[in-house]
Amino acid sequence: MISLKSVRVEFRRFALQDISLELETGDYFMLVGPTGAGKTLLMETIAGLHPVKSGEIWIEGRDVTRLEPEKRHIGMVYQDCALLPHLSVAENIVFGLKVRRVANGEIKRKLAEIVSIIKVEHLLERKPGKLSGGEKQKVALARALATSPRLLLLDEPLSSLDPESREMLQQELKRLHRELGITVIHITHDFDEALLLGKHIAVIGEGGIRQAGTPEEVFRRPSSEFVARFTRMRNIFAGKISGQTGDGSVFRTDGMELVTTSRKTGATHACIRPDDIDISTSLASHPAPNSFIGTITRIDEVGMAYHIFVNVPPEVCCLVTRRSFREMGLTVGKKVQIHFAPDSVHIF
Amino acid sequence: MAVVKKSEDAGRKSIIRYRFLMLFTLLGLIIVLFILIPLAKVVFLSDKESLWQAFIDPTTINSILLTLGAALITTAIGFIFGVPLAYMLARYDFPLKSVVEGLIDLPIVVPHTAAGIALLFVFGRNYLLGKWFGAVGVQFVDSLAGIVIAMLFVSVPFLIDSAKEGFKKVDVRLENVSRTLGASPWQVFYRVTFPLAWRSILAGNLMMWARGISEFGAIVILAYYPMVTPTLIYQRFESYGLSKAIPVAAILILVCAFIFIGVRTLLHSRQKDD
Repeated sequence: MISLKSVRVEFRRFALQDISLELETGDYFMLVGPTGAGKTLLMETIAGLHPVKSGEIWIEGRDVTRLEPEKRHIGMVYQDCALLPHLSVAENIVFGLKVRRVANGEIKRKLAEIVSIIKVEHLLERKPGKLSGGEKQKVALARALATSPRLLLLDEPLSSLDPESREMLQQELKRLHRELGITVIHITHDFDEALLLGKHIAVIGEGGIRQAGTPEEVFRRPSSEFVARFTRMRNIFAGKISGQTGDGSVFRTDGMELVTTSRKTGATHACIRPDDIDISTSLASHPAPNSFIGTITRIDEVGMAYHIFVNVPPEVCCLVTRRSFREMGLTVGKKVQIHFAPDSVHIF
Repeated sequence: MAVVKKSEDAGRKSIIRYRFLMLFTLLGLIIVLFILIPLAKVVFLSDKESLWQAFIDPTTINSILLTLGAALITTAIGFIFGVPLAYMLARYDFPLKSVVEGLIDLPIVVPHTAAGIALLFVFGRNYLLGKWFGAVGVQFVDSLAGIVIAMLFVSVPFLIDSAKEGFKKVDVRLENVSRTLGASPWQVFYRVTFPLAWRSILAGNLMMWARGISEFGAIVILAYYPMVTPTLIYQRFESYGLSKAIPVAAILILVCAFIFIGVRTLLHSRQKDD
């Protein structure tokens, strides 16, 4: 298990405070946050490259808070790979073994083993300057894994790659994690990537961890406006709880009364994911809870679907597949009815 | 018409590029000649006979060997003390850092005769460091040690500045990753940082050595004897006039040209190999 207990770290004029995280061994943990949130600082702190002001870091039952980086057994991969430019690919991969004074025979065996897991045989003699972005990442991964670390830290390893290499490497990371069972902390600013790879997610921002949990929890039930906005929750409404129902509460926003299954008190925001909203062109005469009639004000194409903005008011964003979009013949100015279930209304 | 216009445009562009290259080549050529002509003049001014006489004169040869050797010792000392400082300046922020950086460059600005006097007041027989070193038998006035001290003072800034820039160019992340892979700070320095910065450090060493060879002002005050070549040239000029000074100067210029052009060529071919 890896745990951070209210860690505080400062670098230049930036500080991360009260960082607490817990990871099971074998977890694939995604640390997501916007650029400048201190993700890299946190990673380097776990690796032991910045002194911790207060708090503790534990790795597999051992307090490593004051331990030198070379004794932590952590593998690290930076976004730009940080391959040693004066050494060949093979020399880069065995660097960790060389400096640990591992015997030559053992180094050869280990290199062969790593190369059989991560396919880089054809690159071994090359210098890093002659590699593509995807190849560099593979070599950096191989180098990090060669010393059999207890924890693998990945700092935006996919961000600077072209879409094809990115997809290839995503699959590679999934496979490596499955085959080696290594604990991974993967940093990204891309929430979709976090959903794709992460068993657990933590959102970092404004100097600390904002929310941690399974991707589903963080995605469906953001605990703050920061997390909601970062996970691209489009429908976030300010307001307050106005009453109780049999199994939930009523949340009043400017223009809508939302019925929710949540009984959380003191909530100031409600949110509904666009894909949880049904849209229909037949307008019901009897108003039902969480049903509203509005006019379409804007239609945006997003990948394989459409974002339909319906002004109730307020403006609500709904996600519609291409097929239903065609079938319903939605156009700007058309009157439609929107509906969502009470358990889709999340308040915080 | 459009095709014609296009080719006219292309023609104009190539003329502009041509003019640009011409101007820069011309300006560059002027400064090269400015350096070359006086040096060549000194070499060719002296007739072959006196050049040969100076060359087989043990005084000249000894002074050139002394100059090159003393500058080499100076560079080695500068390397030992200067490289760690350069690394600190490149990697860490500390109080009064800009004061330290400014201070290091001062010897370049201070008139070298003034530097010699300043050194005399510290390393002279009756002064603080002079007394300490004197106790263990090292004299600075009129000795090799004095020459080295004078050279060191005026030339070490070149090494520190160059090494500092070299270290700055090495990405901190390379050092970070190496640490996580199991390298101690020592191992990181000699396996990663130093090999990546060595070209700048070597260039700095070369500059330092060159600056040491050319030093006159500080040396002449601290150690007139044994005579380094710049002092010898001055002494010949003072005692016998230009005709006796020129051959010595010519030989020093030839030796230096041989060494520096050689080193540059070697470095250049190594760079192509990388």
